[in-house]
Amino acid sequence: MLWNSLTYTGWGRVKTATGPVARPERVSSLRAALADDPGPAIGNCRSYGDACLNDGGAVVKMVRLDRMIGFDETTGILEVEAGLKVGEIARVFAPRGWLPAVMPGTGFATVGGCIANDVHGKNHHGAGSFGQHVTEITLMRGEQATKITPDKDPELFRATVGGLGQTGVIASAKLQLLACKGDVMVVTERRIDGYEAFIEALDGSKATYTVGWLDATAKGDALGRGILEEGETDYGLVPSKKSSKSVPFNAPRFALSRPVVKAFNGAYFRRIPEAGRTTVKPIQDYFFPLDRIHDWNRLYGKAGFIQFQCVVPVDGVRGLKRILEKIAHSGLASPLAVLKRMGPGRAGMMSFPMEGYTLAVDFRAGKKASKLIAELELMTAEAGGRVYFAKDATLDASHVGAMYPELAEFASITNKIDPDGHYETDLTRRLKIRKAV
Amino acid sequence: MTENWIILGATSSMAKAFARAVSVDGARVFLAGRDMVDLEASAEDCRLRGAQGARAVKFDARDTSGFAAIVEEVSKEDGMINVAVFVGSMPPQADIDADPSLIAGVVTDSYTGPAAFLQTVAPAMEARGGGTVIGVGSVAGDRGRIGNYVYGSAKAGFHTYLSGLRNRLTRSGGHVVTVKPGFVDSAMTWGIEGMFLVAPPENVARDLLAAVEKKKNTIYTPFFWRIIMGIIKAIPERMFKKMSV
Repeated sequence: MLWNSLTYTGWGRVKTATGPVARPERVSSLRAALADDPGPAIGNCRSYGDACLNDGGAVVKMVRLDRMIGFDETTGILEVEAGLKVGEIARVFAPRGWLPAVMPGTGFATVGGCIANDVHGKNHHGAGSFGQHVTEITLMRGEQATKITPDKDPELFRATVGGLGQTGVIASAKLQLLACKGDVMVVTERRIDGYEAFIEALDGSKATYTVGWLDATAKGDALGRGILEEGETDYGLVPSKKSSKSVPFNAPRFALSRPVVKAFNGAYFRRIPEAGRTTVKPIQDYFFPLDRIHDWNRLYGKAGFIQFQCVVPVDGVRGLKRILEKIAHSGLASPLAVLKRMGPGRAGMMSFPMEGYTLAVDFRAGKKASKLIAELELMTAEAGGRVYFAKDATLDASHVGAMYPELAEFASITNKIDPDGHYETDLTRRLKIRKAV
Repeated sequence: MTENWIILGATSSMAKAFARAVSVDGARVFLAGRDMVDLEASAEDCRLRGAQGARAVKFDARDTSGFAAIVEEVSKEDGMINVAVFVGSMPPQADIDADPSLIAGVVTDSYTGPAAFLQTVAPAMEARGGGTVIGVGSVAGDRGRIGNYVYGSAKAGFHTYLSGLRNRLTRSGGHVVTVKPGFVDSAMTWGIEGMFLVAPPENVARDLLAAVEKKKNTIYTPFFWRIIMGIIKAIPERMFKKMSV
């Protein structure tokens, strides 16, 4: 059958939606679904909040349209259907010397999702965002398919990349892959003692791939301590792959209680010798460390979790420190906290990246976390930064205009293309994105 | 030596997963079906994943006139000839009740069409002294039930055909695997009420490869359907006829 009435959630499991879901297995059935009841496309629902939800309305789940449909060996341009998982491209192409130019933290994200959220990776400071490596997009509205490119259709292209699905369904895309040495990573890890040292280390890093893990429970002198990971692709022997595990049930509350997280973070920090260390890892383990643990979102229990991710401009570095202080003193942080240097690269009007620093921290959902995150969002706005829609479940609509200066233009373009609001999602309605003038 | 796989009904999700799995092993695949646009896209996907070659070929279970040409095309290639059959159609029983003439189509798609194709290709397999046939039947073929007994009876016929073909091909070094899938998470089951324990097509594909490797005769996939169907088959008819399972 074409439609299945389902209740589904974002990755954080704090928001749910119920409605008809089509999951076409051929382009002809995608066309049939859009002709029958047009709705936004969703992928693997790896965005955390409600960017992938349309409560009460139809959605088209693209995961079964996941083929590689053309590759040019000379240019490295790969055409794929939008439901293909980005990790699958890495798995198939890394041994042949090619990688997606940008990879987010999970290989389960679909190419369509990567475009619609203009995702970034550990090489953002050098390579820019995902959308900057997209050379063509096939967009479908109703039964109509249009091919758009950044040169011929700059406006529509910039409204589609990072555009949260508001310009129609991304059916397929051409991606410029990046030549790589092979399918292993040489990773250097070293301890960083505090916030200022971390900023300095990130600024000074010459590596292609750089990311910082933060102990968001550390306070005082240790505030902002963590581990800097720098990686380069290489070829050679791949260490044997450990098999994937899955989290079979919702974890109880104490699993992520304050003392447990504090103890875990301390041990995780000390795991790296004081002199640092260099290891060789399979490429998948480096880019998608959590993908080996299926359903890891269950670790946060039934209530689900919220990830707060912001970026602040380079001169907002002190504002970011205050944000981190606030998190550390709240005692609500989980072990998953990441700090990264971002370059200026972005490809869409509503793209998240800006030159500066991005911080991401997970919180188990609850009243205290919501209150804290609201304060963090305000602090982010004051620091001239912005919050990432792919993670967001809580932002107040009043912040969006200041955080995303091209909002009004985006709203006017998408409203012209989709006057009936077929492609609106729970997130665009909550944040009144299409209402901006 | 390169293995050739003719995949009938290659637009189904189970067939796509299987085609990918053999492509990774470097097989040459012939994707047979009606939607040529879709098949061409899948062929490119198979090539990029490692297939020695991948071609889309026109196949309609209801039109036997095209069968010989497919066999001829595959016979031009070196290596063993293998066939995986994923075709079948299952209109709702209520539609069939309203229009009994639909039965002919169900039987052709699910049994006589693929049987006629296998009959056409069998001599070519025998000439090469080996090869494997995977015939996807259904647990519905194990016992006639009120909900889908026309489809079930066609698959039961197909099962019996496959066991005879196994008897024949064994003599020339070939093999036939009869596959009885339970509920598979595909377009066929999407949105149908009462589905449980639905298996991802990738897992079914993995089971098929393992069955070929171990030369299994009949497999249920996922395996526990053997137990479920064992129970269903054990119910005495005098009771079963009053049940709606």
